[in-house]
Amino acid sequence: MKYIDEFRNGEVARGLAKAIAAEVEPGRAYRLMEFCGGHTHAISRYGLEDLLPDGIRMIHGPGCPVCVLPIGRIDAALWLAAQPGVTLCSYGDMLRVPGSERRSLLKAKAAGADIRMVQSTQDALALAQKRPDRQVVFFAIGFETTTPPSAVALKQAQALGLANFSMFSNHVLTPPAIAHILDSDETVKLDGFVGPAHVSTVIGSRPYEGAAAHYNKPVVIAGFEPLDVLQAVLMLVRQVNQGRAEVENEFARAVTRDGNLKAQALVAEVFELRPWFEWRGLGRVADSALAIRPEFAAFDAERRWPVPDISVADNPACDCGAILRGLKRPVECRLFGTVCTPDNPMGSCMVSAEGACAAHWTYGRFREGETR
Amino acid sequence: MCLALPALVTELLPDDLAKVELGGVRQKISLALVSDVALGDYVIVHVGYALAKLDPEEAAKTLALFEEISQQPTEAR
Amino acid sequence: MTLPRRAHPRPLDLAHGRVDLSHGGGGRAMAQLVEEIFLAAFDNEALRQKNDQAAFDIPGGRMVMTTDGYVIHPLFFPGGDIGSLAVHGTINDVAMAGARPLYLSAGFIIEEGFPLADLKRIADSMAQASKEAGVPVVTGDTKVVERGKGDGVFITTAGIGLVPPGVVISGDRARPGDVILLSGTMGDHGVAVMSRREGLEFETDLVSDSAALHFLVAAMVARAPGIRTLRDPTRGGLAATLNEITAQSQIGMLIDETLVPVRDEVRGACELLGLDPLHVANEGKLICICPPEDADSLLAVMRAHPLGAEAARVGICRADPRHFVQMETAQGGRRIVDWLAGEQLPRIC
Repeated sequence: MKYIDEFRNGEVARGLAKAIAAEVEPGRAYRLMEFCGGHTHAISRYGLEDLLPDGIRMIHGPGCPVCVLPIGRIDAALWLAAQPGVTLCSYGDMLRVPGSERRSLLKAKAAGADIRMVQSTQDALALAQKRPDRQVVFFAIGFETTTPPSAVALKQAQALGLANFSMFSNHVLTPPAIAHILDSDETVKLDGFVGPAHVSTVIGSRPYEGAAAHYNKPVVIAGFEPLDVLQAVLMLVRQVNQGRAEVENEFARAVTRDGNLKAQALVAEVFELRPWFEWRGLGRVADSALAIRPEFAAFDAERRWPVPDISVADNPACDCGAILRGLKRPVECRLFGTVCTPDNPMGSCMVSAEGACAAHWTYGRFREGETR
Repeated sequence: MCLALPALVTELLPDDLAKVELGGVRQKISLALVSDVALGDYVIVHVGYALAKLDPEEAAKTLALFEEISQQPTEAR
Repeated sequence: MTLPRRAHPRPLDLAHGRVDLSHGGGGRAMAQLVEEIFLAAFDNEALRQKNDQAAFDIPGGRMVMTTDGYVIHPLFFPGGDIGSLAVHGTINDVAMAGARPLYLSAGFIIEEGFPLADLKRIADSMAQASKEAGVPVVTGDTKVVERGKGDGVFITTAGIGLVPPGVVISGDRARPGDVILLSGTMGDHGVAVMSRREGLEFETDLVSDSAALHFLVAAMVARAPGIRTLRDPTRGGLAATLNEITAQSQIGMLIDETLVPVRDEVRGACELLGLDPLHVANEGKLICICPPEDADSLLAVMRAHPLGAEAARVGICRADPRHFVQMETAQGGRRIVDWLAGEQLPRIC
């Protein structure tokens, strides 16, 4: 596969790892946070921690939209799916995530709710057109990468004058989450960030410049392939060694400083900022999520229905908050692997394949003398 | 986070749609978020939409840089 | 002059007719369905007797018996259908004990309204698979359920076979040091079937690898009767099957990612959907765990056979009290290949 296989080359990977080892200052610790769940997943899936020298510690950030969606919002989606005449469309990622009382979209579907898995908002739109007798509600999740496809669908729904299409928006934003983590006294001292790949394709590299300057931390935007991640780590190590705090772009083949202006404009036309939003594991974060603008109210599921707004707390023994801030590792949480597994997730870090705990469980738990 | 992949544009279709190919597998996607896409371009695809055109020159530069770095002789510290 | 009496006044309307509840009622309608569709397709001595059972002499020795249910959707997919799959899958379960398959049975649970043309297509496909494999379907059963109570058609099978003397092949026989071989590419069947499922829109030229493996197995067992374990990685893919074996044999495994054969289109489709090929089903492949001294000759035997042309050595068994299947990645890192709770779902994140 062109532009994929070349970036997975094993020999080059080992060469980059050697270069990192050569530039790491002996005795110095480098605490690097990869914000994005896709990077967490890639690091585990390719076993990249085995290639990094001991001085480097990768801390897994909250950039997983499935993970940070509060239980209350899943319950709300289940409530919508239970309304008469509603067909709820969702990306596959959300189907198994448990809400309150271990209910999930998949279980609701088994009990008779009309819930459909879709690959694209286009599929949901097509369904609404094909079935004027159903109220099609699209369960929208995702960071800035996934928001433009939702914006396109809302605009198309408006142009078509669809009376039976609406969206339940749970889109969240990256820079406010990074700032929240850095503002928190509890976060472990971080030396740099690996910036998200495809979020940056949309928003560009510019939005990180303010944070890099304000917090004095380097940010290197990286693609998802193993060579991208290794190169980004090398670039971060260099910046840290040189005392620089700049935004660099490793993923230049897909990311520019401006980003995708057409997509940004579409999103701005359709969505507006929520004053605050609850992030599972982080609590309330200001200006970190998007709601549908009043001009598109006809397509806003939260305006069409009295969607319940309940906050549901996680198990008090759940350590996700500490893990997301780098204070603890998955194995240090009492629930990890005992009560909390991907089959029975207790908190945000275990809930999707990209969460720190899920990634460690699925790919890495053979380390550290854990039991099965 | 967001799984997005570079795919080759093999056919341009009406209504801002296109067919792309990845590893021999073909899919129909929307071009509503990009402009000036031509046959033979590579686009980054996410949830059925092209998010950006891949820049082949930058890709080549990045790969060349990797090669250079990975082949540098390094001294053990 | 009286007209000669015929068993059935009119033949089944195979082009446009549908199965109805009378076809499952045990009366003349059912007899006609069985004759004109199933007996016409399978046509062997046992079935021609039209008993509710088949009688045959058993050669002495160790017998193997297996049973399976087939509920696949869609019923027709590139490279096969529920019928041929049922024959191949049942034969393979018998063959994975190193046994020579002897006979099959097939029960059909058909939904009211199912098109006769599709039923005939399935029966003919099964019959062809059975003939090519040299394993006859000697007995069967037919039931019809009300509309809405069945997904078109379900097929249940049983198969019996005979194990060659001295051969003991089982999931609990793998030992540290044994070599892990695969007969070919992983993930073809699952991806081919997914490409026809609603809601997953992608086009591919991939076909299912559905095939009967007993001739390949016979050649392998003849060359190396000391084979420890054979298993076909069906639902759950290579990952599930290797984990089953580590649990049964109480060992660990280490495989090399770069050695596991995967077609480009399977990689491409899995990337697009966010799936891992190691968890995708296969229906014409086998895993063979053998003593290290047999590995090279077994690979040669496999590669000489059309169903093993891309056979590869992928790893080794080792002692591990935690029974992990570890994998060395292409980049030189390590990870485990875990056993999923349920089916993989496509993901966007």
